[in-house]
Amino acid sequence: MKKSNIKNQSSSEGREVRIEHKKSLSPHYSLLTTKFQGVGLSDDDIKKGKVCTTHWIGDTKYAWDQGIAIGKYLEGLKHGKILGVECHKCGRKMVPPRMFCEWCFKTIDGWVELFDTGVVNTFSLCYVTWDVKRVKEPQIPAVIEIDGASKGMGIMHLLGEVNPKKVYIGMKVKAVWKSEKEREGAITDILYWKPIK
Amino acid sequence: MAIKERLNKASKAKAWYGEMPVESLYTVGIAGEKFFRAIKDEGKFLGTKCKKCSMVYVPPKIYCERCFEKLDEYIEVAECGSLESFTCVHIGLDGNRLPAPIIVGLINLDGASTCIIHKLGETTVEELCMGMRVCAVFKPKNKREGAITDILYFKPTKQ
Amino acid sequence: MGNRVAIVGAGMTKFVRRAQETGKELSYHAAKMALESCGMTLDQIDAVVLGTAPDTFDGVHMKGEYLSDGAGAWGKPYMRSYVGGGTGVFSVAQGWYHIASGLIDTCLVVCEEKMSSYQPHAQAAFLTIFDHTTERPLKPNLLWIFALEMNRYMNTYGLRKEDIALVAVKNKNNALDHPCAQIAKAVTVKDILNSEVLAWPVQRLDVSPVSDGAVALILTNETIAHRVTNKPVWVEGVGWALDTSYWTNRDLCYPRYVEEAARMAYKMAGITDPRHQIHVAEPYDPFDYKELHHMEGLMLCGKGEAPQLTVDGVTQRDGELPTCPSGGLLGVGNPIAAAGLMKVAELFWQLRGEAGKRQIARKPKRGVAQAWGDLMQVGTVVVVGI
Repeated sequence: MKKSNIKNQSSSEGREVRIEHKKSLSPHYSLLTTKFQGVGLSDDDIKKGKVCTTHWIGDTKYAWDQGIAIGKYLEGLKHGKILGVECHKCGRKMVPPRMFCEWCFKTIDGWVELFDTGVVNTFSLCYVTWDVKRVKEPQIPAVIEIDGASKGMGIMHLLGEVNPKKVYIGMKVKAVWKSEKEREGAITDILYWKPIK
Repeated sequence: MAIKERLNKASKAKAWYGEMPVESLYTVGIAGEKFFRAIKDEGKFLGTKCKKCSMVYVPPKIYCERCFEKLDEYIEVAECGSLESFTCVHIGLDGNRLPAPIIVGLINLDGASTCIIHKLGETTVEELCMGMRVCAVFKPKNKREGAITDILYFKPTKQ
Repeated sequence: MGNRVAIVGAGMTKFVRRAQETGKELSYHAAKMALESCGMTLDQIDAVVLGTAPDTFDGVHMKGEYLSDGAGAWGKPYMRSYVGGGTGVFSVAQGWYHIASGLIDTCLVVCEEKMSSYQPHAQAAFLTIFDHTTERPLKPNLLWIFALEMNRYMNTYGLRKEDIALVAVKNKNNALDHPCAQIAKAVTVKDILNSEVLAWPVQRLDVSPVSDGAVALILTNETIAHRVTNKPVWVEGVGWALDTSYWTNRDLCYPRYVEEAARMAYKMAGITDPRHQIHVAEPYDPFDYKELHHMEGLMLCGKGEAPQLTVDGVTQRDGELPTCPSGGLLGVGNPIAAAGLMKVAELFWQLRGEAGKRQIARKPKRGVAQAWGDLMQVGTVVVVGI
């Protein structure tokens, strides 16, 4: 690299320092006797004001553009339909819909209406909320493979009207929708998925 | 290949509204602890000195950013210093006009190699000039919390 | 491929639930220790790479820039590394290509995380990992991701919780010998199975904690490595791969992105039989099942076979393939970016025979470290050898 003619106070002169052969390779240094840094604090230390702290609450609000694909998906949900897209090159029918196939890197070839039934691909019984509060009745999040889409194409949603102990991978489920009046064009227009008898 | 579908009317573009909840409780650190305690309990400013680089960091740091030496020599710097830069702010974070403008300045306290940022008070922007002497005005001791707001503002002084 | 790159020094802080130190101070402690460990000074460092995960944890915008002075980057070429939990190992790949390209001779790689600032609990910061329109309205939480993946993995291969719990037992016990460990404990399978169910099948002791901490490594070219140390640890292979963010379109029982990253790293290192050519492994273990999941992705065994290796004692420190001899994230702690680099630091110390009570007796010559992150998306792999 050509050395600059500009004189300034940067540390670039320092980088020219040669690294000499060491006569002895730091014999005084031993990992076994080295002191590891880090001062741990307990919740009590904070509550009792043993150390100074600064409290800050951020105010971050967003208006995320839905985009062409998700915009149409949400519109479909408002009308009680689950829409997907297809790519003719790889042959996949995809949900959630997207404007381009990420495998083939080309725009999708069309929209398809899928069923509002599916199969549980995986699930969990969750007793903790997102902000770490405990609940008695578990939420049952699941990945549901939607009928009509390609194998493995799932969406995340919640299961309901089911005994948590009776949920299993491979269970067939159907969407339970909000009433037409209440739907607003959101993923929550589907309240939950319940087992099909 | 072009995207085949477009929106022609801006009014048809829809958005999904949401928030990102962020609440933080920061520790001030090892050096910060000394700095804010000194402000809270004694109404004075501390810095750390790097002898190798002849730098005095205010607020103090436990390391010299230039030579990476560990710094544990805390020295007192003055409550007064020179005004290195200033500005008058009329617009708030939300983009609306503030009820009253705020004057903010960069202050180089006597004895420090670095500047701190704070508000300027008991003055107008017309009275200020680069390099003028300013001094800290502290909250009364019983109101101080160990925060940068324990200093109310800096005001011009003849000192 | 390019110039040979060696790791010549390493340092780290203790991993704690909440550190008094600021993120800058944590970075400094780790970086300073790494420099002192090989007798180098900051002016001998040409460039700095700092890995750190979401800005939200620290509540600081442009966290990479904010931490840079604590990482020794004043006045130097500087790069921030960020691929979620994969950052720790990926930062070594970034440091590697600085030097392999010939542009830089010495590089300080630092990884830092201060998760404790986020209120009420750092776990809540992960809310934003989910899609804002199609997932967040369901109020998901981080545990869902792991629980959904763990359930799928268990179901696909017919695994029991008892088999998986053995990993948590091994790692938490291993960590008793790590001076920086946050939650080392002599636990049993029964303790794991009796712990609180958070999101079935995930229980409290299956999970690594929220932590603050920092780790640093010094990387140099071959000439300088031989001047600084008589035991350089060579970076023999690096690999990284990202899968689609449409995680609900993937089969979660196998981390194919880890396999892709591993293939890239193994090809560079000339490894054709990972199970026998790797002598020590540090796969990413934020949850106990993840060590197994990643061992399979690293092709250290066949799909669904990792639990058997654990049951047979193969992955113990005195086994044929010691895995997470450090104690891993389950025992030492999980400050997101620093955790991955802690694993590479462990391999550095193991290969040089400096791991103290954790030392593997069999004199390992080659190790693999791997990290994982985002929405089950990224695999980052580094192979080192002596």
